[in-house]
Amino acid sequence: MTTATVPDHRGRYGVFGGKYVPETIMFALEELETAFNEAIQDQEFNELFQKELAIYSGRPTPLTKADRLSESNGGASIYLKREDLNHTGAHKINNAIGQALLAVRMGKKKIIAETGAGQHGVAAATVAAKYGLSCKVYMGKEDIRRQALNVFRMKLLGAEVIEVTSGSQTLKDATNEAIREWVAAVEDTFYLIGSAVGPYPYPKMVKQFQQVIGHETESQFKEIQQGKLPDAVVACVGGGSNAIGMFAPFIEKDVPLYGIEAAGMGVETAQHAATLSKGSNGVIHGSLTKLLQTSEGQITEPYSISAGLDYPGIGPEHAYLHETKRVTYEAVTDEEALHALKLLCENEGILCALESAHAVAYSLKLAKEMQKDQHVVVCLSGRGDKDVHTLMEFEEGGNEDE
Amino acid sequence: MNKRWEVFQHSSDYRFTPYIMAGDPCEEATIELSLALEECGAHALELGVPYSDPLADGPVIQRAGMRGLAQNMNLEKTVKLVSKLRERGLKIPVIIFTYYNLLLQLGENRFLKLAENSGVDGVLVPDLPYEESGYLRKMCSEHNLALVSLVSPTTREEKLARLSREAEGFLYCISSLGVTGIRSEFRAGLDDFLKAAKRNSRVPVLVGFGLSTREQIQQFDGSSDGFIVGSAIVKKIEELESDLLTNREEAIKTFKSYIESLLPVYSR
Repeated sequence: MTTATVPDHRGRYGVFGGKYVPETIMFALEELETAFNEAIQDQEFNELFQKELAIYSGRPTPLTKADRLSESNGGASIYLKREDLNHTGAHKINNAIGQALLAVRMGKKKIIAETGAGQHGVAAATVAAKYGLSCKVYMGKEDIRRQALNVFRMKLLGAEVIEVTSGSQTLKDATNEAIREWVAAVEDTFYLIGSAVGPYPYPKMVKQFQQVIGHETESQFKEIQQGKLPDAVVACVGGGSNAIGMFAPFIEKDVPLYGIEAAGMGVETAQHAATLSKGSNGVIHGSLTKLLQTSEGQITEPYSISAGLDYPGIGPEHAYLHETKRVTYEAVTDEEALHALKLLCENEGILCALESAHAVAYSLKLAKEMQKDQHVVVCLSGRGDKDVHTLMEFEEGGNEDE
Repeated sequence: MNKRWEVFQHSSDYRFTPYIMAGDPCEEATIELSLALEECGAHALELGVPYSDPLADGPVIQRAGMRGLAQNMNLEKTVKLVSKLRERGLKIPVIIFTYYNLLLQLGENRFLKLAENSGVDGVLVPDLPYEESGYLRKMCSEHNLALVSLVSPTTREEKLARLSREAEGFLYCISSLGVTGIRSEFRAGLDDFLKAAKRNSRVPVLVGFGLSTREQIQQFDGSSDGFIVGSAIVKKIEELESDLLTNREEAIKTFKSYIESLLPVYSR
């Protein structure tokens, strides 16, 4: 179960990972790898990163015990790692700050980013404003329509939102378009990827900047529970950045880890985003990983009520942790996630993001089967304000059915 | 090196290598367009394979891919299409231009066997950089296929020298950064890049990406051994789509006169 040797020098997590990109940007990946490795060994850079996380994003985020939720659910107690309390409302900002500081260190003045629901786009636009960088965000036409509020936020922050009309006009296509732009503008542009995906060194870098979630959780939990470790840790997985950050310090320890994918309408239907449960090995956005595709290799469009989880691929380290069985990956449906979101609202007064609700839903199932003196930690990756419109639509739709 | 590559490499012409998408707008049209291109003087043919996520391609080739996908064209059928091209008399080398995921799903070994038996001469994988290409490179040489390398103005000097030395079939020099597509200008310093590529290459050095006019093409005659035209030709095919489906003879005539207007007036 050791993962100390991954990624190897070629950026491989077992067979997964690598750099499947056009030759034009290979030099930029090498340049990035060198700059990143130098930065994380530089005490000054690390201190600056920690400082920004504290005074700009408000870290450390609390670890909240969900008393009433645990009580009504039965079984183990549930703790929430409150990434929803970060500046801009989700864990995405951790990585955005890290990569923006690296971009500044590398002397880059322009950043580009892809976004699905707009959370990473907002985080990228935010750090661009903060550090004086120009920012272009690529977003699918369909997502622009669905997420008008985040589009407006990005524009307020001074970013240019570029409508992507290719392919299925969603996150997958926005990422293709961002990569295309990077290939064209690679000499002066930093590509700020939002999840633990993409060509090496991106998966490693995103993990590095997100592992603050897991490290804080470990020390906070130890403090509350006299030096003990949690009995289970749960996080939702789309591309997998909050999960890999949460799992990071626990991978080498004896703690059961659970990654929760979106089952949408059910993994037995065609409407899901359960990449690990239903996908096969393939290449997407520069990385060999598991992905949802046809037998001929055409990438298929995933579905989830949660825009942050409907990605047809997954970070290569998750594919590796799945294959080596170090992490258990399960899938939760739209309906289960919505139910969990309501329970959390009603019992704890916390409106979490639909993405995070998938992790909450699974932790409720898991806790029920555990002992009363055991503890489950859930990564509450983001807040749910962005989803209010979706929730309203769903409620109204539900009423019509009745 | 097979016979077809020998003819290609020994040619003294400024070599013309067009790119078209398999199945765009239908399989029979692809066959007739290929034969027309050879008649117009093409020295080799790049045959694209439709893919859902072509991240090295601009809008024109993306749309061609969608049309190909609508015809249910795939990698296996594209390779088999080359057999048909050979039966219909096509003599120039054919290079399959495919994204790596399509190769992975068909199976690299299965692809190579099929390609060798179908009269394919080479394969070009735009998202498989040299660093990731070890296995495919070895297997291609066992199956008498050239794995065509792409080099870019951003390729580092030592790597450029190495890729040029090891190039098979031809060396594909990208004229400009970015994806495939028509451009009005080329970057400064391109001649130095082409010179550096030519210095080490044992095979013809071809320039591609963005070429769409006779003037642009002629500008590289002298600094390279040939040129690749993709998007401009694919765009013409797009314009002729309905005729290619219903009034093919006429469409092929128009297509040929377009190709002739594009080609340089050979001085040699």
